[in-house]
Amino acid sequence: MSITTLKINGQDVVTESGKTVLDAAKEAGVAIPTLCHLEGVSEAAACRLCAVEVKGTPKLLPACVTPVSEGMEVETNTPKLQDYRRMIVELFFAEGNHVCSICVANGNCELQDVAIEVGMDHSRFSYRFPDRGVDLSHPMFGIDHNRCILCTRCVRVCDEVEGAHVWDVGNRGEACYIVSGMDQPWGEVSACTACGKCVDACPTGSIFRKGTTTGEKAGDRAKLEFLVNARDKQEWSR
Amino acid sequence: MAKTVVIDPVTRIEGHAKISIFLDDAGEVENARFHVVEYRGFEKFCEGRPFTEMAGITARICGICPVSHLLAAAKTGDKLLAVQVPIAGEKLRRLMNLGQIIQSHALSFFHLSSPDFLLGWDSDPAKRNVFGLIAADPDLARAGIRLRQFGQTVIEKLGARKIHAAWTVPGGVRSPLSAEGRQWICDRLPESLDTTRTALRIFKDLLDRFHTETEQFGKFPSLFMSLVAPNGDWEHYGGAIRFKDSEGNIIADGLSEDDYQDYLGEAVEHWSYLKFPYYKPLGYPDGIYRVGPLARVNNCDRFGTPEADAELAEFRQRGGAIATSSFLYHYARLLEILACLERVQQFMDDPDMMSDRVRAKADINQTVGIGVSEAPRGTLFHHYEVDENGLLEKVNLIIATGQNNLAMNQTVTQIAKHYIHGNEIPEGMLNRVEAGIRCFDPCLSCSTHAAGQMPLHVQLLRPDGSVLDEVYRD
Repeated sequence: MSITTLKINGQDVVTESGKTVLDAAKEAGVAIPTLCHLEGVSEAAACRLCAVEVKGTPKLLPACVTPVSEGMEVETNTPKLQDYRRMIVELFFAEGNHVCSICVANGNCELQDVAIEVGMDHSRFSYRFPDRGVDLSHPMFGIDHNRCILCTRCVRVCDEVEGAHVWDVGNRGEACYIVSGMDQPWGEVSACTACGKCVDACPTGSIFRKGTTTGEKAGDRAKLEFLVNARDKQEWSR
Repeated sequence: MAKTVVIDPVTRIEGHAKISIFLDDAGEVENARFHVVEYRGFEKFCEGRPFTEMAGITARICGICPVSHLLAAAKTGDKLLAVQVPIAGEKLRRLMNLGQIIQSHALSFFHLSSPDFLLGWDSDPAKRNVFGLIAADPDLARAGIRLRQFGQTVIEKLGARKIHAAWTVPGGVRSPLSAEGRQWICDRLPESLDTTRTALRIFKDLLDRFHTETEQFGKFPSLFMSLVAPNGDWEHYGGAIRFKDSEGNIIADGLSEDDYQDYLGEAVEHWSYLKFPYYKPLGYPDGIYRVGPLARVNNCDRFGTPEADAELAEFRQRGGAIATSSFLYHYARLLEILACLERVQQFMDDPDMMSDRVRAKADINQTVGIGVSEAPRGTLFHHYEVDENGLLEKVNLIIATGQNNLAMNQTVTQIAKHYIHGNEIPEGMLNRVEAGIRCFDPCLSCSTHAAGQMPLHVQLLRPDGSVLDEVYRD
């Protein structure tokens, strides 16, 4: 096992070569906010919330997909990063229709947690109020596109863990949305095994169990990591 | 010369409204109107949402009595699922509604209306509020505030929060009462009963002096509508709709909420955002009816609890078999607090309060559902139509305050005609007009399906509609 040494926020860190900056930071006990990252599935770098500053490059790099390199100097919490993170979260809120007070995930929502973490008390951007739909055609689950932040966790967990590949991203730009099957109603997609992993993976109240009422959704995200460890490493404990 | 007096905004009510008083050439009151000047549009923006969210969404209509919407939405959800709510679930829902009626009535009586009775109709308007009451009679004010706190805490003990507790769900409720919650309620019940008895004693003493108010604050014949239990007992959650007239005749009984469109019509006037519901068989506006505490007390045969029934006998002795004065809404409210407290007491010994069987689960089994419950201010209907997956296609909400709209207009007209003569209008007279509205404890936030306090605007209008004089109050 080869070793890479780097500095994170001035602290010397030693980690396995090939790991990402996000992994190395986590090992060193440095918290970096994330939304699209989910233990157990591949990275998408969709949310850009984990952006860090790396000495020698003017660009902000997403920690989740940036591999560590020897002598790298990383800053994870500069005023510039704090500003950008807050802006990103404000843009999430402005982009969709997020009404916490009536949401099934109220109190158990990663978007809400991140908003608190980055100190967002209002959005400087005007809300778009897009006209999006709710699909309740599945016998067990529903998807409310109003609350979707396009993190693609559902897409990845369904493909990589369950192997059913029910979900994909349709369209482009601001018209992007999550599609089931060949852009069919979810209830008509025969590939769906109704396993519910997408419900657990979803960071917001977008995908939920039908019948769930305000604040009632309690996602078990650690279960996905458990499933992957059980399969790959034969570890059956949580 | 004819003119109009405008009271804008109306104070110490929940929501925003104004009153216009129309004077003729001789300076006598010709007519008066109670305008609701807020618009909200809940019925429209709920379309397309899952019906399971309706309790959460409609509860946000109001911070005073969200429980009413929580219950009506849950009961409508029960119909869509076509399930029977477990008995423990129904009893727990009832307990929350009792807490709600107690807190809302305590707010109406102590915080909003009692400054008029206790400090005087003509007292300094700057002090004629709950803070003035605290200065004048701190013990009574504290007791009233604590009574409201009792009701609010009953709600919190059940639903984990006082306001907008997301606890009632289609099919039942989420959780039973905890042992700690039950103990808290038991400990505070005696004090709450004492406060209610004191308030009743004070109000009955005042009634002996307030003959003019009793005669002039909205005393007129009308129908009364409320839920009544199958055995004729006072009801707030189940039972069926009864209409009585001012003579005490039962005009209609055993009506189901499912048929509300057969017996309730809704008229619209261009000068108010609040619709005017009426009893259809008698047409508009003859089908005027009142809802709320006075209607429930008039319509029931008995409360079904000893202390409240003894007070009911005295109420009927004072107000007649059917009390037609809207001023007696306050009295009826106190009776209801007493009855609610007695019922809460009965529930404390009921093992179902701690049962875990509180929620029935099912898929959509009906696409149309109509639910009803008694809000503190009167009968509340929710009517949903959903697609086969449970997405809302149509929503109609009939709110208690709306149903008192005709009666509130008649009340302000009667009070204005009695107290206002000529072009000069003393502030105390305007306060009486407002107090006429406060009898109904209207919740305009709910009835227009706004936020903020309820500030009054009175306008004096000439026959040509131009404003001669107006008084604003924030």
